[in-house]
Amino acid sequence: MSDDLFALGGTEFTSRLIMGTGGAAGLDVLERSLIASGTELTTVAMRRLDPTVQGSVLSVLRKLSIRVLPNTAGCYTAGEAVLTARLAREALGTDWVKLEVVADERTLLPDPVELLDAAETLVDDGFTVLPYTNDDPVLARKLEDVGCAAVMPLGSPIGSGLGIRNPHNFQLITERAGVPVILDAGAGTASDVALAMELGCSAVMLASAVTRAQEPELMAAAMRHAVEGGRLAYRAGRIPRRHFAEASSPTAGRAVLDPERPAF
Amino acid sequence: MTDPTALTVSVNGAPVAVAAGTTLDALVATLTDAPTGVAAALNETVVPRGRWTAAALTDGDRVEVLTAVQGG
Repeated sequence: MSDDLFALGGTEFTSRLIMGTGGAAGLDVLERSLIASGTELTTVAMRRLDPTVQGSVLSVLRKLSIRVLPNTAGCYTAGEAVLTARLAREALGTDWVKLEVVADERTLLPDPVELLDAAETLVDDGFTVLPYTNDDPVLARKLEDVGCAAVMPLGSPIGSGLGIRNPHNFQLITERAGVPVILDAGAGTASDVALAMELGCSAVMLASAVTRAQEPELMAAAMRHAVEGGRLAYRAGRIPRRHFAEASSPTAGRAVLDPERPAF
Repeated sequence: MTDPTALTVSVNGAPVAVAAGTTLDALVATLTDAPTGVAAALNETVVPRGRWTAAALTDGDRVEVLTAVQGG
């Protein structure tokens, strides 16, 4: 809805779906998927320049007028992440960074100590920091306290498609956060995304769920609708869960029928 | 015989021989002619593009040249 803009880092977005570009089979399918997703903000990774590579993800984003969000994927220490963010700022002319500092290759879970350290350094350096974090309400609060523009808890490990494993933690985070909470990692299909929005997330970030789907463009459209549906449901306010049924038709005014004389 | 004026620098992890006096600007130009989207670090310090022409390389320097790729 046009009156429900998503404010992030002082910028307003219409779309609440942040897309990643990793895992796409090619730039053509990526472009079609990004269009179908309706995204206005999309991540890229920073890697060594390979002179033999043709085509660039940057040209796709430029063509579609999608804002680029560099990440620090692949960094294991605060020092690496800070340097990567500074290189990204230099290369792409943006002081926004999706901060990732992971602990190990097997889980790709964030290293909370290094993450908080890097976040603080980058905020002090003038960056708009969007940290990929654990679904830990305490760490989320600390990231907000050092000046992060959002917190991006993982639903489950990157690329796992396991959805939101601890919805209660998400609720604890969204209930208290003073900055946008963005589901980052774990979404496998549309229902995961709708749930995130229903739990009070301001936006969802995903890549693999679309880029590795059988039909990436179709899944991108599904995610777009799921974000919108979940957001509307959150705003609408769901009914409380009840143990027993509650009739939706009135009990008054029912006809009096003789149970001894069945109609058949 | 090795040219005494040549330097060996590491470029994205690979040793590269360059003439003495080579600047970062000239080195990056051998990899790409892209006017934007590229950043360079010299010995783990970011060198803004505007200062590449003034950054003369010295023997043993470590240069990283990065760009944006699909990811995240």
